[in-house]
Amino acid sequence: SCLSLPLAVGQCGNQVGCRFWDLALREHAAVNKKGIYDEALSSFFRNVDTRSGGDGPDIYKGKIYSLKARALLIDMEEGVVNEILQGPLRDVFDSKQLITDVSGSGNNWAVGHKLYGYQYRENIVEKLRKTAEHCDCLQCFFIIHSMGGGTGSGLGTFVLNLLEDEFPEVYRFVTSVYPSGEDDVITSPYNSVLAMKELNEHADCVLPIENESLFDIVNKIHQMINFGKLGSTVKQNSLVTSSAGSAKTVQEKPFDAMNNIVANLLLNLTSSARFEGSLNMDLNEISMNLVPFPRLHYLVSSLTPLYTLADVNVPSRRLDQMFSDAFSRDHQLIQADPKHSLYLACALLVRGNVQVSDLRRNIERLKPSLHFVSWNQEGWKTGLCSVPPVGHSHSLLALANNTCVKPTFIELKDKFMKLYKKKAHLHHYLHIDGMEQSCFSEAISSLSDLIEEYNELDATKGGPRIDPSRLQIAV
Amino acid sequence: MSIVTVQLGQCGNQIGHEVFNAICSDVRGTHGLCSKKENESYHDVCKERFFSEEESEVPVARAVLVDMEPKVISQTLSIATRSGYWKYDDRSHFCQKQGSGNNWANGYSVHGPRHKEVIMNLVQKEAEKCDRLSGFFTIMSMAGGTGSGLGAFVTQCLRDAFPASFILNHVIWPYSTGEVIVQNYNSVLTLSHLYQSSDALLVHENDVIHKICAQLMNIKQISFTDVNQVIAHQLGSIFQPTYTAESGLHYSRNPLGDLMETLVPHPEFKMLGLRNIPQMPENSLAYSIFSWPGLIKHLRQMLIANAKMEEGIDWQVRPPRLGSSIPSSHSTNKLPHFNTSIANLVILRGKDTHSVDLGSFRDPSLYTSWLSPQDAFKAWKTPRAFNKYEKSATLVSNSQFLLKPLDNVVGKAWNMFASKAYIHQYTKFGIEEEDFLDSFTALEQVISSYTIL
Repeated sequence: SCLSLPLAVGQCGNQVGCRFWDLALREHAAVNKKGIYDEALSSFFRNVDTRSGGDGPDIYKGKIYSLKARALLIDMEEGVVNEILQGPLRDVFDSKQLITDVSGSGNNWAVGHKLYGYQYRENIVEKLRKTAEHCDCLQCFFIIHSMGGGTGSGLGTFVLNLLEDEFPEVYRFVTSVYPSGEDDVITSPYNSVLAMKELNEHADCVLPIENESLFDIVNKIHQMINFGKLGSTVKQNSLVTSSAGSAKTVQEKPFDAMNNIVANLLLNLTSSARFEGSLNMDLNEISMNLVPFPRLHYLVSSLTPLYTLADVNVPSRRLDQMFSDAFSRDHQLIQADPKHSLYLACALLVRGNVQVSDLRRNIERLKPSLHFVSWNQEGWKTGLCSVPPVGHSHSLLALANNTCVKPTFIELKDKFMKLYKKKAHLHHYLHIDGMEQSCFSEAISSLSDLIEEYNELDATKGGPRIDPSRLQIAV
Repeated sequence: MSIVTVQLGQCGNQIGHEVFNAICSDVRGTHGLCSKKENESYHDVCKERFFSEEESEVPVARAVLVDMEPKVISQTLSIATRSGYWKYDDRSHFCQKQGSGNNWANGYSVHGPRHKEVIMNLVQKEAEKCDRLSGFFTIMSMAGGTGSGLGAFVTQCLRDAFPASFILNHVIWPYSTGEVIVQNYNSVLTLSHLYQSSDALLVHENDVIHKICAQLMNIKQISFTDVNQVIAHQLGSIFQPTYTAESGLHYSRNPLGDLMETLVPHPEFKMLGLRNIPQMPENSLAYSIFSWPGLIKHLRQMLIANAKMEEGIDWQVRPPRLGSSIPSSHSTNKLPHFNTSIANLVILRGKDTHSVDLGSFRDPSLYTSWLSPQDAFKAWKTPRAFNKYEKSATLVSNSQFLLKPLDNVVGKAWNMFASKAYIHQYTKFGIEEEDFLDSFTALEQVISSYTIL
């Protein structure tokens, strides 16, 4: 099938990436019992014959020898990447997929974007081409990064630009972790706003994530496990936060739980492209249906259920609960409440034993409490994938193009302006070759324009009061 | 004469597979309720129509499978072979890797021209396997990107390459509450293009079939497989062998030609709707007895009142009385819900079909005045029962059946178009605003034509 290529950039990006590869292996191991290298596996992994040591040829069919992730790992510090290479996933990557440096970006977008971007451009292009060579058909790049730092934010968005230049036909999806309220990086607003401009102009789809939301979900699960109903045991490997039963990792690290959520997001997003189902939903379909206007491409995501109870046979009431939860505030991966804002479009990707009548029933049920723009009153895109995630009998990923992202952007703008008004820390950026004051003013302008577009939609609910009159045909 | 089926996109391939399943299962069945000779004759005609006999043990479907991603075709091929009763030709398929992204423009303007040669070669090969080719039966959804866009392109190519053959497009209308957000755009573009190259569009609406599954078939958790099997049953009930008035003592040889001749007297009117009764769960079949007068009465009222199935029919609706002044479209005399027909075809299968009285369908008040009632109505019959139903009646109708659904789709698409939402996704692949306007104009014309019947 057509492949998605994840590119992890920066510390956060690589930590999430690491969880992603681990859980991907777990997911495929659960489905692929015969050890045969199949279409589904090939979407994320190459099969390399390592029998004679070192790198043998790629094997396209038959037995699994050694699975190598199709990926690029980029970081300007060695810490995280080295850990990956020394850890249980070391066999999944080879040096040709790595681009590292030692000193880091100092939480400075300009260092990541202008300095390292310029320095590593050729290297990155070459490694991208090599990795893409191994792919019969490349449909989509996934950049995984954070917005608040220097590498993920700066170099990550540099790579985004580069992808558009070198591979214009391939979709660019970006999973961006936005800085949280108590972020200890003082310049994170600068980094984030500078990165936002790039996302506005060069990404096809952005999935914003906020650490606070991930944290809340982890806590919610923690509460459930420790103080939940007596007698109900949770299937450990079903937790959206869990590494239990994963292919390689033995020990869980502090941010693992939160990063697993993001990893699961990506697995669910690509599930219909990898596994069969009665109504397939590819990534290019997500972009097509959820982006009505080029710049409005920020999608709020939610994953349900967060866990499965071990003792349960799933009655349809529980299935319906899954749909309800997908629209609740505390299941969103950013601090947002889509139910009380305006939908431009909504996608539901269901996995497991769920049929079209379940989808229809729940859409009918939930529709009345949701507000859709006037020109997209029935703006639902649906997909049915037969294979559920590990530990679940069914699951749901909801993607909403909804004005509820606005507060996140407004807050970002406010934090930026607080610093910018005082010209705080600007000199760290401006002394980098290629950086000028105009980079800042253009970036904040881009963000302001975006916020305005959402304001406009909220004000007008998207369209004229009266239905536009139809074409008249002379009889 | 043979029919070559072209299965396009996920929907087209999933349905096509169920159609061949239904046909094969019907032919293999022992519930024919007729003489051995009759059965053999039925069997032979059906085989020639849909299957070729190759060196293989089992019949090989006369079909070309096309999709822009590989998973569905791969599944379809293997499930068919695993049945052990029939299979597809291993070489008669074409797929790519990346899909069409629900983008009509991608299917029509990019995939179409790019893969035209390969696809048409496959079609040519299948056509050459036929002793005599009746025409093509294409199956597609109009909501997505491949079936709709590539399907429209392929239909055009078929028309160019086979000017003397009939083309019947089977088009699936999606659930009105989204499967695909841009489905109304894709639908408008598909229908307007098909209208130019196709001989007729035979329509199934997911909403309608879903209701049949829920209320008549009593299925609790309805899957697409359930929906597709009902559709396959209905299609089989049209295409399995029958006798026509002209065919005499032999099964009619040219079903597509007969269909077109009967139902499409004018190229402006190509929308065909389909009703089949009775429909029920298989395990209820043994306990149900129907009378032909009852079935015919219901079917006729379904036609007049535009009922989607045999439950919930509005019996109040009556055709206008003949002899009273012919109501114009602006006249208040016109009974609001009466469904005017251009032409109708009723197909009867099973016990005692020879004695069925179809006079009520020949009532001139059902029709426009263009054709004489003899020409406006045809009946095909066979004593050979279909798919375990002791009696089965199908209505294929060129009438106002699809007027409201078409109007709804166009209305919604227009509403979205006014805001210019999603247009950039289409212009990216070469379909401009002007192309949309052309399509809207073409369909408003069709709506207008059907409205003033």
